[in-house]
Formats: sequence, structure tokens, C-alpha cells
Amino acid sequence: MAHVSQALAAALAVGLTLASVAHAQKRYGPGASDTEIKFGQTMPYSGPASAYGTIGKTEAAYFRMINERGGINGRKLNLISLDDGYSPPRTVEQIRKLVEDEQVLFTFQTLGTPSNTAIQKYMNARKVPQLLVATGATKWGDPQHFPWTIGWQPTYQHESQIYAKYLLQNRPNAKIAVLFQNDDYGKDYLMGFKDGLGSQGQKLIVAEASYEVTDPTVDSQIVALKSSGADVLVNITTPKFAAQAIRKVHDSGWRPLHFLNVVSTSVAAVLQPAGLDKSVGLVSVAYFKDPTDPAWKDDKAVHEYFAFIKKYYPEGNPADGFNVYGYAVAQTLVQTLRQCGDDLTRENVMRQAANLKDVELPMLLPGIRINTSPTDFYPIEQVQLIRFDGKTWVRFGEILSR
Amino acid sequence: MEALLHQVLSGLATGGIYASLALALVMIYQSTNHINFAQGEMAMFSTYLAWTLIDAGMSWWLAFLITVAASFVAGMAIERLLIRPVEHAPLLTVVIVFIGLLVIFNSVAGWIYSYTIKSFPSPFPAEPVFGGLMSAHELGAIGVTLVVLVLLYLFFRFTPLGLAMRAVAQNPTSSRLAGIRVGWMLALGWGLAAAIGAVAGMMVAPVIYLDPNMMSGVLLYAFAAALMGGIDSPGGAVAGGFIVGVVENVMGAFVIGTELKLTVALLVIIVVLLVRPSGLFGKVFVTRV
Amino acid sequence: MRVKAQARWWQIAGLLAALALLCALPFVLSNYRTFQVTLALVYAIVLLGLNILTGYNGQISLGHGAFYAIGAYTAAILMDKFGVPYWATVPLGGAVCLVFGFLFGLPALRLHGHYLALATFALAVAMPQILKYRRIEDWTGGVQGIVIIKPDPPAGVPLNQDQWLYLLTLAVAVVMFVLAWNLIHSRVGRAWMALRDHPIAAEAMGVNSALYKASAFGISALYTGVAGALGAIVVQFVAPDSFPGLLSITFLIGVVIGGLASISGAIWGALFIQFVPNIADQISKAAPWAIYGIFMIAFAYAMPTGVAGFLRLIWSRVTRRAAGFGKRA
Repeated sequence: MAHVSQALAAALAVGLTLASVAHAQKRYGPGASDTEIKFGQTMPYSGPASAYGTIGKTEAAYFRMINERGGINGRKLNLISLDDGYSPPRTVEQIRKLVEDEQVLFTFQTLGTPSNTAIQKYMNARKVPQLLVATGATKWGDPQHFPWTIGWQPTYQHESQIYAKYLLQNRPNAKIAVLFQNDDYGKDYLMGFKDGLGSQGQKLIVAEASYEVTDPTVDSQIVALKSSGADVLVNITTPKFAAQAIRKVHDSGWRPLHFLNVVSTSVAAVLQPAGLDKSVGLVSVAYFKDPTDPAWKDDKAVHEYFAFIKKYYPEGNPADGFNVYGYAVAQTLVQTLRQCGDDLTRENVMRQAANLKDVELPMLLPGIRINTSPTDFYPIEQVQLIRFDGKTWVRFGEILSR
Repeated sequence: MEALLHQVLSGLATGGIYASLALALVMIYQSTNHINFAQGEMAMFSTYLAWTLIDAGMSWWLAFLITVAASFVAGMAIERLLIRPVEHAPLLTVVIVFIGLLVIFNSVAGWIYSYTIKSFPSPFPAEPVFGGLMSAHELGAIGVTLVVLVLLYLFFRFTPLGLAMRAVAQNPTSSRLAGIRVGWMLALGWGLAAAIGAVAGMMVAPVIYLDPNMMSGVLLYAFAAALMGGIDSPGGAVAGGFIVGVVENVMGAFVIGTELKLTVALLVIIVVLLVRPSGLFGKVFVTRV
Repeated sequence: MRVKAQARWWQIAGLLAALALLCALPFVLSNYRTFQVTLALVYAIVLLGLNILTGYNGQISLGHGAFYAIGAYTAAILMDKFGVPYWATVPLGGAVCLVFGFLFGLPALRLHGHYLALATFALAVAMPQILKYRRIEDWTGGVQGIVIIKPDPPAGVPLNQDQWLYLLTLAVAVVMFVLAWNLIHSRVGRAWMALRDHPIAAEAMGVNSALYKASAFGISALYTGVAGALGAIVVQFVAPDSFPGLLSITFLIGVVIGGLASISGAIWGALFIQFVPNIADQISKAAPWAIYGIFMIAFAYAMPTGVAGFLRLIWSRVTRRAAGFGKRA
């Protein structure tokens, strides 16, 4: 009997050892090692879109913080962030440098729809994960054709369809005016809005006006939209123009039902310059907390965020919504990499990015979770409608999913 | 009809923005025969300086005076230190230096102040006028532009200093022979242009918000306005600014739609230049063999 | 006479050696670097074209980004919508731009100096908006642009895609450079330069000012169009955002820093605009363009006639010393 139990014990011991060895087996792709995970991104640190560059700086600061706390599974995060000036040829050049020269494991938060379009084919052909791209264009959630590309934020079309549905339900006889930025971001929103209205609903649109990023003001567009007699305004503008538009709408005596896109909802960066009293009644959606909103004044997550900015990115503006965005995406990446464990191959990174289940981040609104699967490449698909009351954004309705 | 009036007024307001920077361009051209492409960015940088002072608690007018004075000195310094080495270089080489200045100012402003927009206060009351079609500030800004225009005109036309500066721009060699300190005239021209730019920036920022790219879009229109009105005529430049503003708005609202507004506005300007190659109010130079 | 023939021999030997070196590059450099040098070659063709117009003919253009865009989009649309083989789109892009350039050059005859600069810059600034225009969206792809498939080398050739594109671009560049050299040293070039330096005297001598000036525009645009088509194929993507007003300014920077009225200047300028931004990026992440601006100003101070002008100056000083007295520089 003793022999049998001894043999069993030995077998068990051997089996367990083998199992743990298999489990602890590390697998590395390019850029990954025992001590570091190297990944890259391109950001517009110069040029007309340089306002977005702060996203890259926030993310870099966040990874510095993680590194100071020991890294992920003992490995330091090494982000190589290059400037592409929002110019697609330069994006191609820099991404090729990152993939071929620097041999990064994956790219993270490459910014801009044209920039990402320029590299999408290349990344998928080379099987390099193009993670959490910094654009809300709808076309990034296409695992069937582009299994190596995944976005993060709720798409522009999703958001504008929500506005469309709201109008169809609550203001079926509205006269709608739309102001949009004449680029992929603006046009994607517009398309989503029109799709949401349907062919009948589209007749409700009485005026459309676009502007270029190089235009000094949008006052002329607002004047034109007002004189169309519209009583609803859908405002698809980036922060500077949003502030101008909000102020001009109010000053010209127009009081439409005013939808503002999520990119420009920061209280301190947009509404205060526009005038808080002039922003009353604005409707938008949100998926993360605005740290400058008095509603979150005692919120622990917001305090942590402020402390983080103060310590690791002191020259950054904590009120800038872009910085909150960067903070939250960086956290998503950290979650993904944690899930990878010791299997840091490109395939596994992509697999884990497509395997995020009910991830909650401190700066996301309560109830909003990140979910991905091999057929669902839209990590965040929930938003909540919000209305500005002169001091803060008040959430109303339930959390809406795509 | 009412809509047209609205657009015209809005166009005058925007046109005032173009006109104010166009005056700085005219100043620099009248005194140095160069068009300084960095004028817009210098104006933006001056405005940030003013913002820093106001943010620290200073009153608007005191900050205004200090900024204008500091910009004047800085403009002179830039001319003496940075432009002097290429004084005798070919024209396009000097243009490269201007472009270099442009990107340096833009980049440094973004680095120091970040790209989030900042509110810039206005010295004028806040109530809208004309039934909400124009703000008191926009009206006041136009007024300030016209005052600067009159001062410029009087300066160039009726003061010996203004005459000396124009002489230096047109014929430096003869001017030197006539006893004019050419170098200091050029520096003075840069200083005045920088000062005018600072005024323009502080008038413009309350309307379009302060950020490092504030003047990038304005510069092209100001350039176009100055040339269309006649680069050697301050009055022409201001008129050009207003015309550009109104035409752009009216075209965008009634003729071609906003999707081609910029293209059509530029087309109109080019056509005007083709018909009158020296600008609407500029002097025509005839070269004879 | 003998000295001249000797100099000629050296020059040709030097050029052939440089060419051999260039041909060998893709086999020693990584694919990424080959790609970068290919882009530099593309820009060299652009700058050659711009030099013809601005350097040799004295017409300042701040609008060559627009012709580059036209060449690029021509190539992209032909490949994407009509299935034209990539190598055919290069001359076609050039041809389209020749026409546009000439047509633009005709009204531009009335404008000089700053006015011409404004008119050309207006074209460059308006181009992205035109490309985004709804009505031609079906052709241009609108804001989304057009993705181009990277061409493979012809069957049987043992090169990878990057190497093949590089050699193709090099071949086109050599052809364009030889053409330019011949043009500049012919009657046409002399007419251009005469119109630049003494327009009234030239006209009095019977030079058809309108024809030559407009053709300078046309040929300059042709070069830029050829480069644009090549650029589109190399980058594999065209979008309105790829051709902002800043691109035209960049080309002007390149042609001035490289050296106006100089064929070799196009190469120096192309190297500057392709590689100095990368260097600036490495020096400062916070304000890369400030560093780029400092480089620009430094080059303008040190070499007011451009790199080519500077090298010519040094060369003439050296040969003056070597040749001794009796030879004027």
C-alpha cells in the first residue's frame, strides 16, 4: 500500500510541476520581454490638430505612474509616442518606423480617422494589433475584415443616432438645423444622425452648415442656421468652435433645443468660456465623468484623477476632457495587458483586447462597462443622456446601448 | 432681406478681425517692403502675454498698455537680432526666416500654454447691440481698428518719421545717403507692426477665443485683404478686410453654401486681383524702360 | 578648353558613382529606411519642378501642394476606379497637372511677387476643401480618401515591394533630372531666366513672355504631378488631410534651403524637408516644430543661397586657389 501511495504522490508531484511549468511558460512577441513591454503610437503633437496631443501626454504620464508602482506583472511599460502632425503620409512613415525599426508589440491609440485609415491595411497585413484607436469612426469595429484593429469610444454614429431617436420620440415636428465640422468626424456624426432619422425623419432637417478647422469663427453659420427658422440645433463641433457657437446662439436670441456632441462637453474647457448661463439647456451624452462638474466634487475617482495629473502631468490642464479620455483609455490598456499575463504575443494581446468582460473604470459613469468579444469590437457602447442646468450636467433617462 | 442684413453685419464683425491684422501687415510692408508671415503668431503670443497679466489680477487696460509696449520692444529686438543677419539675402531666404519665426512662436505658445482654449476678457460692455446681431465688443473692436487706421495714416502721411520709414522701405541706399538711420527705421517698423498686432490680438481673442492656432486661419484672410485692398494703403487694407468678411459670409450663406465658402471667397479675391493687379486702392506702379 | 573637358569628366564620373550608390541603397538599408529615401526622392522631383518655376523663372509659388494633390488623386482614382496599372498613372498624373498648371499659369501672368504668392497659396489652401466636396465624393472618396493597393514587382524580379518602388522612383527621378538639365541649358531655360532677370528686355528681344511663363507653370506642375502620383503609390493612401496648405509651405522651404536655380538644390532641399522634422522630433517632444524653425533660420543664416549655393561657393573658392592667378571665379 505504501508503494502505491508513494507512487501516487510522486505522480501527483510530477504532474503538478509539469502543469505549473506549462502555466509559467512565457511567450513573447517583438517588443516584449521579462522586463518591458514596448508599444507605440502616433499623435498630432504639431499641426492643426495639436490640441489632441495632450491625450498622448496624459497616457504617457499614466504609464509612468504604473511603472513607478511596479509595472504590469513586473514589466515596465515603454510607450514610444511619435508626432505625425495629423498628416497621413507621416503617420505611415512613423508607424513603419515603430513596427519595423523599433519592433513594437502593438500600437495604441493612434489618433485620427485618416491617419488610421492610412495604416489599417498595413497593420492587418503584418498582424500587428492596432489597439484602441483614438477616433470614434464607426468603421473600426469590423473584426471580420480587420481583425487586428479595434476602437474604444462610443462611435459618433451611435451618439448621433441617439439624438435622432430622441427627436423622433419627443419632437416629431421639429425643424432641425445641423452645424458640423467638414471632416471625417463631422460627416460621420451627420451620417449617423440622418440614418437615425430615417428617410421620413430626414425631411425634418431644414438647414445644414459646415465649417473648416481653419475658419476663425462660426458666427456666420449660426446666423444662417438661425434664419432658417429651425427650433432644434445639432452642434457637431470641436471645443473652440463649440464655445463660439454656444455663445453666438444665445447672444443672437435663438433658443433652440441644442444638442452638443460629446467631444465638447467639458464644463471648464468649453462651457465656461462660452458662458455657463448661456449653456443652460444643452443636451448631450456622456460616458465618463467631467471632473470639473460640481456633481463629482466629492467623488473618489475624480480626486485620484486630479492627484494623478498634478503629480505626473503638472503642465496638463485637468479640466481638459481630452485628458480624462486619455486617462481612461490608458487604464483599459493596463487591464488588457494584465489579462495577457505572461503570454505577450501579438495574437494574445489581440485576443485579450477582444476579451474584456464588464470592465469598470473609475472615471466611467456608473453603470457603464467595457465589453468586447471576437465579434464585438466596440468596447464602449453605452452612454447616458445629460442636460446642463447652468452649473452641472444632470444625467437623465437610462443608460442607452447601441 | 433680414437674413442678408444679419450676414452683412456678421461679416463686418469678422471683417474687422481681418482688417486689424491686415493693418499690422501693411505696417510691416510699408516700413520694410517685406510681408512678415509670422505677424499673426506674434500677435497671438502678445495676446497670451496679456492673458498671463490679466490672469494674475492686473486690470485690462494696464495689461493692454504693458503688452503693447512689450510687443513694441520685442518687435524691434527681433528685427535687430534675427532679421538683420539676412538683410541682404535674397527675398525668399528672408521669407524662410519669417516662416521659421511663425512655427517657433506657434510651437512655443502651445508648449507653454497648452492647446485648451482660454477666455480672453473684453474691455467693452457685455450687452449685445443691434438686437443681438453684433456684440458691443465687436463694434468696439471695429472702432479700435478704425482708430489705429487713422493713426497709421496720419503717421505715414504727415510725420517726418513716417516719411523716413517709407523712404527706407522703397530705397534704402538713397535714404542712407540722405542721412536716415536705416537700421533703426526698420527696427521701428517691426516694433510698430508688433504693437499693432498685439492690439489686433487683444481685440480678436474675446471673439474667437485664445489658443495657439487662433491666428492661423485669420492670417490668410488678412493677407488676402491687405493685398486686395492694396498693400501700401492702410485704408485699402481695412476696406479689404471688411469686404472679404462680408463677401465670404454672403457667399457662404446665399450663393454657394458653406461647403465651398473658403474656396469661393479666395476665388473672388483672386478675380479682383486679376482685374486690378495692384489691389483696389493701391498705387499702380508703371515701369518704363 | 582642356581644363573644362577635365572638369566635365570628373563631374560625369562623380554623378555615375552617386547613381551607383543610390541604386545600392535599398539592399543595405532596412525596408523602412528605403521607404523614407523613396519619399525623399519623390520630394526631390517636386522641388525640381518648383525650382523651374520659382528659381529659374522667378514666379513665386506657394501652391505646389495643390498640384501634388492633383497628381496623387489622379493616380489614386485611375487605380481605384478604372484599374489602370500603377506605372501608367505616373505619366498620366503628370499630364493632368501639365494642363492644370498651364491653365493656372495663364491668368497668373497678370500677377507678380506677393500677389502671385497669395493667388497660389489660395489654391493650396482651398484644395482640401475642394477635395472634400460632396458632389465629387464618389470619385475622390470624400473625407475618407482612397486606399491604394501596394504594387508588387513584376514577375520574376527578386525584389520586395519597397525595393521595387524605390528603384522605380529612382528611375523616374533620374529621367526627370536629365530632362530638367536639358531644359535649363536650352533656349527654353535661357528664355525663362531672361524673363526672370530682365523681363522687359527679354520681351523686347522677342521672347514670347506669355507662352514661356505659362509653360514654366505647366512644366513645373507636370513635375509635381508626376511626384504626386509616385507619392500616392508609395504611401498607398490619399486623403484631403494629406495635402494641407502647410505642404506648399514645406515645398517652398525645401526649394529655398536646397538652393534656388540649382538642380542639385532639389536633392538637398528634399533631404531637409524629409529628415529634419524627424531630427527635430527626437530633440524635443514638447515643441518639435520650434526646433524645426530654429533649423530653418540657422540654415537661412549660414547658407542664404541654399545648400547648393553654399557648396558652389566653397567649390569656387577651392578651385580658385588651386588654379592660381589668371582665372576668374
